[in-house]
Amino acid sequence: MEIKKFLYLNRRAPYGSGYAQESLDVVLIGAAFDQDISLLFLDDGVFQLKGGQDPADIDLKDFSPAYCALDMYDVEKLYVSGESLAARGLSGKDLLVKAEVLNDAQIRDLLDEHDVIFSF
Amino acid sequence: MGILHTVNKSPFEKSSLQSCLRYAKPGSALLLMEDGVYAALRGGAFEEPLKRAAADLSLYCLEPDLKARGFPPERLIDGIRLVDYGGFVDLAVEYDKVQAWL
Repeated sequence: MEIKKFLYLNRRAPYGSGYAQESLDVVLIGAAFDQDISLLFLDDGVFQLKGGQDPADIDLKDFSPAYCALDMYDVEKLYVSGESLAARGLSGKDLLVKAEVLNDAQIRDLLDEHDVIFSF
Repeated sequence: MGILHTVNKSPFEKSSLQSCLRYAKPGSALLLMEDGVYAALRGGAFEEPLKRAAADLSLYCLEPDLKARGFPPERLIDGIRLVDYGGFVDLAVEYDKVQAWL
């Protein structure tokens, strides 16, 4: 089977909508098919990777530990927009998992070099 | 006592906060909740507009929503007060009406 390069583009904050959780579910399904997978966190999507999430008081489940388990599914390429972090008062130190911080030019290239982009 | 304005959407995604700040009268209050709490982060793009707003408005942030998203109180912009759900109810009673900027 031909291996395609899949990019999951995450642009939504984690608790205001279901996009982040759904993206994570689809990533794990895709990983089971031995595809070449990358995740890009852009705009409010960078908030998905914020460390220290604790939604017990709003009666929601903290699914953020799952990002740390992605490497067990051979999903190891995580990218995050430096511009998006800076606009939100965040830095790489805020992230709960190791992710490569990219500038806008690098993100253009990343979008170019993938065969399929799933947008959440 | 004027209006209690609430903003529950990320200011990076929707214009709810900007519209609220444009139309809120001095003496009214603004409560940031749900994804609206992302406006309240120190060093973020909305620090300056909120600091200007703090001269005229009472600014609040719903603590459970901030905590859920991984931010401790010290990441808040100066001048924004944290409230819990009980505090939210107190504010709703204290002001004449509640305007939710959805």
